[in-house]
Amino acid sequence: MVLELQKPRPIWQIMFSTHHTDVGLLYLITSLGFLFLGGALALAIRAELFLPGAQIIGDAMTFNRIFTVHGTTLIFLFIIPFASAVGNYYVPIMVRYKDMAYPKLNAIAFWMIPPGGALIWLGFADFTWYATPPYSIISAPGPAADMWIFGLKILGISSVLGAINFVVTILKCKHPDMSIGQVPLLAWSFLSSSLIILVAIPTFAAALLMLLTDRLGVSGFFNPAMGGDPIAYAHLFWFTFHPEVYVLVIPAIGMMYEIIPRFSRKPIYSYNSGVFAFVLLSIVGFSSWAHHMYATGMSFTEKTVFMVGTLAAVPASAMHVFNFVATMWNGRIKFLTPMMWSVGGIALFFSAGAGGVANAAMPLDFTTHDTYWVVGHFHLFVMGTIAFGSIGFFYYMFPYVTGRMYNETLGKVHFIMSFVGTVLVFFTQHVLGLYGMPRRIFDYPPIPEWIAMNQIATVGAMIIGVSMAIFLANMIYSSGKGKLANTEDPFGVGGKYYYPFEAKNPSH
Amino acid sequence: MGGHSNWPEWIYIGVVVALMVWVGAEAWEAERLVEHVPEDAETIIVTGQQWFWTFEHEDGTKEIGELHVEVGKAYKFEIVSTDVNHSFNIHDYVVLMDAIPGRVNTVWFAPTDAGTHDIQCREYCGLIHYNMRGTLIVEEPHS
Repeated sequence: MVLELQKPRPIWQIMFSTHHTDVGLLYLITSLGFLFLGGALALAIRAELFLPGAQIIGDAMTFNRIFTVHGTTLIFLFIIPFASAVGNYYVPIMVRYKDMAYPKLNAIAFWMIPPGGALIWLGFADFTWYATPPYSIISAPGPAADMWIFGLKILGISSVLGAINFVVTILKCKHPDMSIGQVPLLAWSFLSSSLIILVAIPTFAAALLMLLTDRLGVSGFFNPAMGGDPIAYAHLFWFTFHPEVYVLVIPAIGMMYEIIPRFSRKPIYSYNSGVFAFVLLSIVGFSSWAHHMYATGMSFTEKTVFMVGTLAAVPASAMHVFNFVATMWNGRIKFLTPMMWSVGGIALFFSAGAGGVANAAMPLDFTTHDTYWVVGHFHLFVMGTIAFGSIGFFYYMFPYVTGRMYNETLGKVHFIMSFVGTVLVFFTQHVLGLYGMPRRIFDYPPIPEWIAMNQIATVGAMIIGVSMAIFLANMIYSSGKGKLANTEDPFGVGGKYYYPFEAKNPSH
Repeated sequence: MGGHSNWPEWIYIGVVVALMVWVGAEAWEAERLVEHVPEDAETIIVTGQQWFWTFEHEDGTKEIGELHVEVGKAYKFEIVSTDVNHSFNIHDYVVLMDAIPGRVNTVWFAPTDAGTHDIQCREYCGLIHYNMRGTLIVEEPHS
């Protein structure tokens, strides 16, 4: 599929293909489409919160629906499919196999995403991405809520199928001459995150079914009126979704492991510590889920256990940061767009992690929990780390997908504006949280500090919005009219790329 | 790996682990003190429902949306909900505890100065979540 736009094929040939680069292309385009849709909702939220009182969104229900769909979209329809896109392009090449292990399963996993996305967008539920019971059972309006549940069900199955494919491809289909200790770190990141998916997702799959039957009134697992307990849902949900945080972040770290050494023109400082940190994160990631639930009335002992489990994940993340810095140390660094995004992402990853330590400390959590601090904190991960790593990697693979170079200056402008915007929005939201503003609110009282912080955050969001428009224009223009890429070494950094130009596609 | 020495990374990991142990120990000690409810604390039953707060004092007085307390006394909140999850929050006093239907959660505080403070809901509870607010009025002791 290399050089897609230079040798055009009818679109159905790509859509019905099972070749890993074609499925990767489908994942790529879908995920970027949802990035822009989800981002547009974020801009609407920020515009609404610019001042107290209703601004552009008429009523609270619409606002609640918007932030629910914003979160659901960017997590399940941008971050996860984008990682799958990268994995599809690179994992088979990196383990030197002709395709994914199960090409048809691969295509099926992709084709579950459009119906899942359609259910979420056509339903437009309002019960937050956490689908909080008993609200979601007794109060949330249908059919939006039911459509969300089915949408998530489909996306969850898609994730599991994709994970099975990655695990088998890496462990069973790697070239016989290649030991597992020679598999590149990007592929290792997919192995770790896929194993986490396989262990974590079934729990949420069960919880979704229980939520659905509760809504139908035939069961009462999470409905106190029928003897159930909403806290049970909290445990099931976070048992899946705290590890899922690592599912989201690990592939982004893996992408940085591909970019940082290449643009520093040095080998990675320590391959072994990268592998060790991935494996360690995938294990200790399961020991921290209830740190989301300190304020639900947990006992002192429970809180202590989960605080220790959460803090235990910090050294593993810190090892990655060390590895990146040590790799760049004394390197001949070439700060092209992909490298800038990766380095920016690492800086924000460090900040997000530092804020996470404060959340994990029990007494401090009661100040920050469910305030804008938390919103700022996890957005530094999902936007600052994961989206930055992903967008940087997208620039990196752009010449491979299109055969042309993007406009370097616009790429750098995109990065600088996004970085400034991200700092303005999400660092400010940390402070706003310390002033006590709860998350998920449509309107707020005119407290001067709240207004000032919200306005700074909104300005930052608009800067990101403009930079994303520049990004879109750059992509559209460059993919058709950009400078032809030097396919052997598009970035002029030398060395052997994992650019699969020779990937054989039967339909070519 | 290359065969180069890895001692900087070990020192760094050691520093990170030591920091985490320190944070954990401090948090454990602080939380242990914070959770210790004074024995003479007066009980106030706090009920969250869509979308307002009701307070019931030990003497049976009920208040809606406003809560009057006195400087120098300790109060224990017993927090319940009649419909969906809420979270009872007096941010100025770092009072935060979820109101979960079917459960009674407790948290305590002792106001130090007279004045008014905001009470709010910090857990998403539907349409008017954003305006599920109240006022805490701390008064000088009556006697």
